[in-house]
Amino acid sequence: MLEVESLVTDYGPVRAVDGVSLRVGEGEVTAVLGANGAGKTSLLRTISGLERASSGRVVLAGEDITHTAVEDIVRRGLAHVPEGRGVIGELTVEENLRLGGLWRRGESAPLEDMYDLFPALRERRSKPAATLSGGERQMLSLGRALMGRPRALLLDEPSLGLAPRITAQIMALVRQLCDERGLAVLLVEQNARSALSIADTGIVLDLGRVVAAEDPERLADDADLRHAYLGF
Amino acid sequence: MTQFINLTLNGISTGAIYAVVALALVLIWRATRIVNFAQGAMLMFTTFLAAIVIEAGNPYWLGLLVALASGLVLGAVLERVLIRRVESAPPLNAVIVTLGLLVLLEAAAGMIWGNTPRSFPAAFSIQGFEVGGTRLLFSPNDLFIVLVVFGVAGGLALLFRMTTLGLQLRAAAFAPEVARLQGVRVGRMFTIGWALAALVGSLAGVLVAPSVFVGPNQFDSILIYAFVAAVLGGLDSPLGAIVGGVILGLVLSYVSGYEGSALAPLAALAVLVATLMIRPGGLFSPARERRV
Amino acid sequence: MSRVEARHEVDRPTPSGAPSRGGEPGALRWWRRHTLARSLTLLVGTALALGLLSELLNEYRDLQLADAAYYFAVLAGLSVLIGLSGQISLGHGALMAVGAYTAALLIGNEHWPLVPALIASVFVTTVVGVAVGAAASRLRGPYLAGATLAFAVGLPGLAYQYSGTFGGANGIAINPPAIPSALGSSFPLERWEAWIACAGAVLVAFALYNLTHSGVGRSWRAVRDDEIAATVSGLRVPRVQALAFTLSAACAGLGGGLLAVVLQLANPGAFPLVLSFYLLAAVVIGGLGSLLGAAWGAAILVLLPNWTHDLAQSFSLPDKVGANLPLAIYGLLLIVAMLAWPSGIQGGVRAGAGFIYGAVRARRAAGREIG
Repeated sequence: MLEVESLVTDYGPVRAVDGVSLRVGEGEVTAVLGANGAGKTSLLRTISGLERASSGRVVLAGEDITHTAVEDIVRRGLAHVPEGRGVIGELTVEENLRLGGLWRRGESAPLEDMYDLFPALRERRSKPAATLSGGERQMLSLGRALMGRPRALLLDEPSLGLAPRITAQIMALVRQLCDERGLAVLLVEQNARSALSIADTGIVLDLGRVVAAEDPERLADDADLRHAYLGF
Repeated sequence: MTQFINLTLNGISTGAIYAVVALALVLIWRATRIVNFAQGAMLMFTTFLAAIVIEAGNPYWLGLLVALASGLVLGAVLERVLIRRVESAPPLNAVIVTLGLLVLLEAAAGMIWGNTPRSFPAAFSIQGFEVGGTRLLFSPNDLFIVLVVFGVAGGLALLFRMTTLGLQLRAAAFAPEVARLQGVRVGRMFTIGWALAALVGSLAGVLVAPSVFVGPNQFDSILIYAFVAAVLGGLDSPLGAIVGGVILGLVLSYVSGYEGSALAPLAALAVLVATLMIRPGGLFSPARERRV
Repeated sequence: MSRVEARHEVDRPTPSGAPSRGGEPGALRWWRRHTLARSLTLLVGTALALGLLSELLNEYRDLQLADAAYYFAVLAGLSVLIGLSGQISLGHGALMAVGAYTAALLIGNEHWPLVPALIASVFVTTVVGVAVGAAASRLRGPYLAGATLAFAVGLPGLAYQYSGTFGGANGIAINPPAIPSALGSSFPLERWEAWIACAGAVLVAFALYNLTHSGVGRSWRAVRDDEIAATVSGLRVPRVQALAFTLSAACAGLGGGLLAVVLQLANPGAFPLVLSFYLLAAVVIGGLGSLLGAAWGAAILVLLPNWTHDLAQSFSLPDKVGANLPLAIYGLLLIVAMLAWPSGIQGGVRAGAGFIYGAVRARRAAGREIG
């Protein structure tokens, strides 16, 4: 579904993404792990078009989207939940959700489905999103992404700032959504343990390069790798 | 007592003009985080176009329509061609560019139509209402201005709160990058924001033209007062623009009436400084204080 | 994306103890390190050059030289304010008015001699500058622009409101400055005025040159480039900013005082709102943050109206076009400069000089290899 070939992203003289290749199939979760500054967020931002790739390709469902504008990439079925969730605090919960499906012009997922999925949001539908807790915001940003019925989903550190229990809930939800809807999910996480628990493949980045790409179990077993890059 | 009533009414009707131009400034600020110092010059230009149309013998309402349409176009074109390039630059660049635009538009108007101020007809009678034998300093035209301004404010509020376009405009203004990730065409929203603001400004220009006359420099003070009103109300608040405009209108009216009209600009300066020292975010600033 | 804040100063600040470049003679190193020596030499040299120039020019041109000199005084301060300390001001036209009216009142009504009156102009405008600068130091970007704009529009109102003191629309007229008998009886007034104005301009240049190459100048640049980093390194940002503003106000005061002396008049008509726009355009086009840029700007302010007038005549353009042409050009150049050429004329000069210097060095290096 989503293929990345030798992607390179430069911020001026700094090479943030250095020839990364990966594939995520339908109904698969690929975890992208690594320390701070490893290039994980830059990778997602390049895939979704927020950053320009210096070289390499990004292919979504067979179409080359490397140099497509962000707004059009979204319309091809890619949703990106950015670092920090990107919840627009000044808008209400419902407005945030509606925003995700606007481009579908009436063919978005029904709001009620999202409220069924995230009952906590239904209670606060008319409140400004700034009043939500961290976990609720994560649900909101996820729901907003799903409103557009995406085929591929990019998640940037969903566990950031969340208590372990909530993180586990979110991860389980992501896995469930992935299985039910056949999404291709690229999950960037610093919390390697929780990410690996739901992933089909694990990729480790360091200084913008892929240093390991294999089964989550084998990644978790490889003690040297774990210590060096994953912090446990 | 009559003087007080007259000054109050006058303050409300002039304040309505400041309010609506302040609204245009707030629209652009919210959309693109830029203070459009050229706003006065832009509406001057479109009012000139209306004046030409009317002087050629056409009805007032055609002139108004021309002003509004040219405002839409001017705002959209300027954003797309000029402002787009400084939207992500340091704020000082945008300030200088809009100032350059102010100067250029005023010079261009002078070159095309000359610098002598010309008169502009009012939509309705400018003879004050007669109440119990006294003629007030408030005419049917003034009432029209006040009603139009509140109508525009209401219309914009509806647009922003109730429509999907409004939702996209707000999202693009609050969080452009996140909005892009939701498929909102943020560039287009910026252009629409500028076009709307210019439309609103053009309306203000036509409404105020009868009293200030139409000339390249006649609308300079309107820009300043609108800016002060917008800051007073809070640059992020459309409601603040309206309230700020009316308050400033009243203040200036009282100062002019009781002290002298030459002091009005100084009074505006005093209001501005007081606002920036005491409550920089304006009357309707959100809880988080912004650094000005 | 063009940045106003791009570093483009004429002379790089040379901290004492700068490491010597390979093969640099000791005298050159001493020269680089001692700002005062450099600036004094420049002062004397420039003064002599200007004096010579004024002798060569006719009376009309001498008057233009005088105009350029008092513009330079205000532009230099403004250029430093915007370019080095990152604060914008649209109120410097009004500050000039303060200086001008002070000088006119003291010379005209109180019969003060020239130099004390000019010193008083500077002093009074500085006091106003302290007040405005204190407020301005807390404002940024558009807020600062708007506030100074309101100041520029508001201040002239005082002249009209208190027309008894300030002469209303007619302003205050003064007698021309007395020419010292040592210069002879046929010494033209215009040349004397040019000398007075140039003396003021050279003084301003001297003072600003030393300041910008000192710790004060470095603190301005630091605040301009990164306020948070500056605060963390111990700089009191509001104080630094207020100092820059006050200094630029002093310069504007001197410029205004000199204007009053040269024009023998101070009236509201000489200080319209557009003056502040002219000043802004001049510093931007000339090159922000640079004394030479201010000089370019002053030259443009004085010469452009003549050029456009001649242009309008030769193309038989209607009056309204010719009259608005300078303003149109300023507006256009302001926009173009910000979008495409933020370092102005001086930036172009430096780029050209750098290009030539680089080409010469390359050729020398190539020559050494071959030889």
